Amino acid sequence: MNWLLVVAGAMVGAPLRYLTDRFVQARHDSVFPWGTFTVNVVGCLVLGVLTGAVDEPTRLLLGTGLCGALTTYSTFSYETLRLAEDGARGYAVLNVAGSVVCGLGAAFAGVALGQALT
Amino acid sequence: MGTTGAAPPKTVTESGTRAPRRASAGQGPVVVAVSLGGGLGALARYAAGLLWPTAPAAFPWTTLLINAVGCALIGVLLVTIAELGTPHRLARPFLGTGVLGGFTTFSTYAVDVQRLVTHGRTAEGLACLVATPVLALASVWAAATAARRLFVLRRAR
Repeated sequence: MNWLLVVAGAMVGAPLRYLTDRFVQARHDSVFPWGTFTVNVVGCLVLGVLTGAVDEPTRLLLGTGLCGALTTYSTFSYETLRLAEDGARGYAVLNVAGSVVCGLGAAFAGVALGQALT
Repeated sequence: MGTTGAAPPKTVTESGTRAPRRASAGQGPVVVAVSLGGGLGALARYAAGLLWPTAPAAFPWTTLLINAVGCALIGVLLVTIAELGTPHRLARPFLGTGVLGGFTTFSTYAVDVQRLVTHGRTAEGLACLVATPVLALASVWAAATAARRLFVLRRAR
């Protein structure tokens, strides 16, 4: 029944990403995809906290399911492609570098936080 | 406007401020489509992880390939939706935001890199850190370009 936990988590994570993106994108006027950036960094932080800090069923529900579906690589790369094609190459580079650096930083911070809590 | 969903274009009032968005008008079916698609995409990702498991200190090939394939597919999908003119309004939320968004993952990528570095595999961690976005961007670019050319060829016939 492990797959049910993954599906249940993802069925919450994916719409949470959609609604967060709408919420964030309605609140700024730049072409930078802050919505996707936000969900990806938050998802990295939460998955980091969960790593090693929770049991297997919780990890499948909240990690593989929720965080996996909350974060996205496909939208991230498509938005980067659109920025590059629309002449905003600086933003495209900034999106990749910023997402990778902040995502990785959030993952390390999350793991440290998870270890401090357990 | 973000490209993750079927959000309406921003409306700007005469004073230059944004008009209040219509409160969740017609958002129910979109949210449900994203949720169902996300569940399916994550299930496919989980199944791929069971078929090709990654040992704790090993290079995460499965996640890398999942993300590359998902990026190629979204390139084809969004070009196709743009070319179709009047696609079903739930096509992009279900297939793009839902299935492919749920299939690909940024959080596992970041925590995989963290795991490699923590296990003393710094070189592999750095390789994963750089190779994933390079491969993902190459995939989405190549797939979107190929799809656009196919549509141009089809129209030229």
